[in-house]
Amino acid sequence: MAEVFELVFRWDVLSTIFLAACYGLFVGSVPGLTATMSVALLVPITFFLDPVPAVAAIATASATAIFAGDIPGALLRIPGTPASAAYVEEAFALTQKGQAERALATSLVSSCLGGLIGVALLAVFARQLASFAVKFSSVEYFWLGCLGLTAAVAVSSSSLVRGTLGLLIGLFISTVGIDIATGHARFTFGQLDLLDGVSFIPAMIGMFALSQVIRTVTTELDSVVPKAKVGSLSGEMVRVVRSYWKNICRSAVFGNILGALPGAGADIAAWIAYSLSKRFSKTPEKFGTGHAEGIADAGAANNSAVCGAWTPALVFGIPGDTVTAIAIGVLMLKGITPSPRVFTTDGTMVYAIFLAFALANLLMLPLGMVAIRVARQALSIPKRVLMPLILVFCIIGAYAVDNTLFSVWIMLGLGILAYFMEENGIPIAPAILGIVLGKVIEKNFLITMIKSQGEVAGFFDRPVAAVLGATTLLLWGWLVVLAVVRAARARKHAAAT
Amino acid sequence: MKLSQRMLTGGAVALALTAFAGAVQAECDWKPERPVTYIVPWGAGGGTDANSRMLASMLEAKMGQPFNVVNRTGGNGVVGHSAIANADPDGYTIGAVTVEITMMEHAGLTDLNQDDVTGIALVDIVPASVLVAADSPYQTLDELLAYAKENPGELTASGTSQGGIWHLAIAGLLNAEGMDPQAIRWVPSEGAAAGMQELIAGGVDVATPALSEGKALVESGELRALAYMNPTRMAALPDVPTTKELLGSEWTMAAFITVSGPKGLPEEITCSYEKAALEIFETPEWAEFKASRGADVVSMGSADLTEMMDQTYENLGATMKAIGIAK
Repeated sequence: MAEVFELVFRWDVLSTIFLAACYGLFVGSVPGLTATMSVALLVPITFFLDPVPAVAAIATASATAIFAGDIPGALLRIPGTPASAAYVEEAFALTQKGQAERALATSLVSSCLGGLIGVALLAVFARQLASFAVKFSSVEYFWLGCLGLTAAVAVSSSSLVRGTLGLLIGLFISTVGIDIATGHARFTFGQLDLLDGVSFIPAMIGMFALSQVIRTVTTELDSVVPKAKVGSLSGEMVRVVRSYWKNICRSAVFGNILGALPGAGADIAAWIAYSLSKRFSKTPEKFGTGHAEGIADAGAANNSAVCGAWTPALVFGIPGDTVTAIAIGVLMLKGITPSPRVFTTDGTMVYAIFLAFALANLLMLPLGMVAIRVARQALSIPKRVLMPLILVFCIIGAYAVDNTLFSVWIMLGLGILAYFMEENGIPIAPAILGIVLGKVIEKNFLITMIKSQGEVAGFFDRPVAAVLGATTLLLWGWLVVLAVVRAARARKHAAAT
Repeated sequence: MKLSQRMLTGGAVALALTAFAGAVQAECDWKPERPVTYIVPWGAGGGTDANSRMLASMLEAKMGQPFNVVNRTGGNGVVGHSAIANADPDGYTIGAVTVEITMMEHAGLTDLNQDDVTGIALVDIVPASVLVAADSPYQTLDELLAYAKENPGELTASGTSQGGIWHLAIAGLLNAEGMDPQAIRWVPSEGAAAGMQELIAGGVDVATPALSEGKALVESGELRALAYMNPTRMAALPDVPTTKELLGSEWTMAAFITVSGPKGLPEEITCSYEKAALEIFETPEWAEFKASRGADVVSMGSADLTEMMDQTYENLGATMKAIGIAK
């Protein structure tokens, strides 16, 4: 243990962590730039660092960038990751009530605690968690994806029908591109850029941010965001922890487990945490109107899932998300080969990385507070100036994802679509989740069908799959019954009056 | 008027210079004067990405200009490869052309093939493997093939998309052994990691990624390597027998990563990059990087590489036709 501290508490490691944290905060808080991008840009620098600072830099930058992505999310409605899209509307609603500080303080403290709990779980249970996670085959992922979609519809603040409509639009968009089972291109109209489908970062930026810009410009350009006095940031954070510590703990554990599932876990975690938050809340009616509870849950799950993604990466060399995919490359380059024995062969090194991870999450508190204070100045910029600036950021962000102008057109097109959707009361969040999960679900559905040679029984013949499948089907049945009962009651009500 | 005249003169001078350069031996000391874009057709974190980023950073140090690595993924590599092939052949766009360039035309995805790029140097060559889970009943490749022969279509394998290089590895092996290429059915996956996870989870019976990709899981005992599709054994896993030892057909299969430029890259630029790359491959830093990934250093210049790509184009085309996935 002493060796671990010796490895981390050295000026070069600590200064690397500090610089990486500042860097992650900066990149993450630029609207449209993402955590994955912040890590990818760090890779060439890690070539010249010692193993511990190199991996610590990656871990730190990803953790802080994930939180920082919530800043443009709350202030400007530009979410940083698919996961943070789960609660971007909630946070933006708080901002519009003049409580941007409350939204960001909640996000900061829940990210920090979620990250710390995530690291603790990683240090203690990584081996068990990874063994559990790699037992998931295509069937389990299929059902998990379905559960994620159900969560989006079940919590959407509009009606079930409108939520489903939003979801279906998203699912349709996700069918564009090459189908991996047959290699066939669909809805690409000969465009090479569409072969890989509609990438979700430009889609997300367009649907959330651009649609908001259009709405602001057409209706409320001269309105001013009310300035409600919320109190100090630290006071607000203490209040959040006092009222929602149970939510944060629950969602952090939950997010960590889901995050360990390679491929889809980290994206789904925040969505399911948010919907569970609403289900278990004493005040579910406040959700969607700017309520900190959902942000606390989803924020904790989000950052904890980021830690969870490291478990299969370290133990089996199977990346949980794009960030850990890059991290594996750096680990191997530094002579650490991911394997179940990594805790014995490179034990001190691995625990040093965990310690650095924990330090990064702690460091996020003071640095995050500074970032919030700087960023909220954006709200005092007159909207006539702010809106064109957001548009510029939307375009840069969309372009930067894979350096193609085509992404900018995707962003613009979907932004206009989203504007009309919202004007007609169709929520956007389920559409975003549809784009993210549509591919996961379709891919795993096809793989499962290929494996079982078309037998539907293939979806239930493994124990975990059977449980997940039964849960999903029960949930769907329950949602339909609920809708029918509601409709009947409404008809009776209408007849009575 | 004045402007066009100057352009004409400039053009004439440039033409004369090119002709002159062509007449005498290429000097091979061209250096970029502004940042170079290095296109990688595959995702960040994979083998192609890691090799290319390392090479790019070392080229940067050697040639004194930034080499910006850009991942242009999608369409089974078509998007990124098109971006390399369609770039201006001015030396400011190069990229990681991989084995897929010799396959995508056969697959009917695009008209693109190795003739649309200029191979500069071979960066890595990664032979395939035959992997099973630790609790699998098959201890040897013979047992596996015998079972597949008795029960065609019962076993499944994974490791890449339908018609991807690792699919060709197993289907080609079966075909070369005189068996039905479908005797072990292919289950598509998004990359080797996802395929190996399916294998551990019990979703499929076999995976055929590069042995270097499966090395960590083989060493940790989660997976068992039955064969290495290469003429010689891997130094890091000397216990894994080769297909040359095991099979009558001596079937082998490998993927490769190159550094290449667009078609028509001037000889001077090609040989300058070739020289720089081959020098980098001899440095201890590069050797250390390769060792960390369990791979051997390879060294092959432009001429041999071009020949190898042509050869691969023929071989894989024949295999794809034999197993019925060529269009």
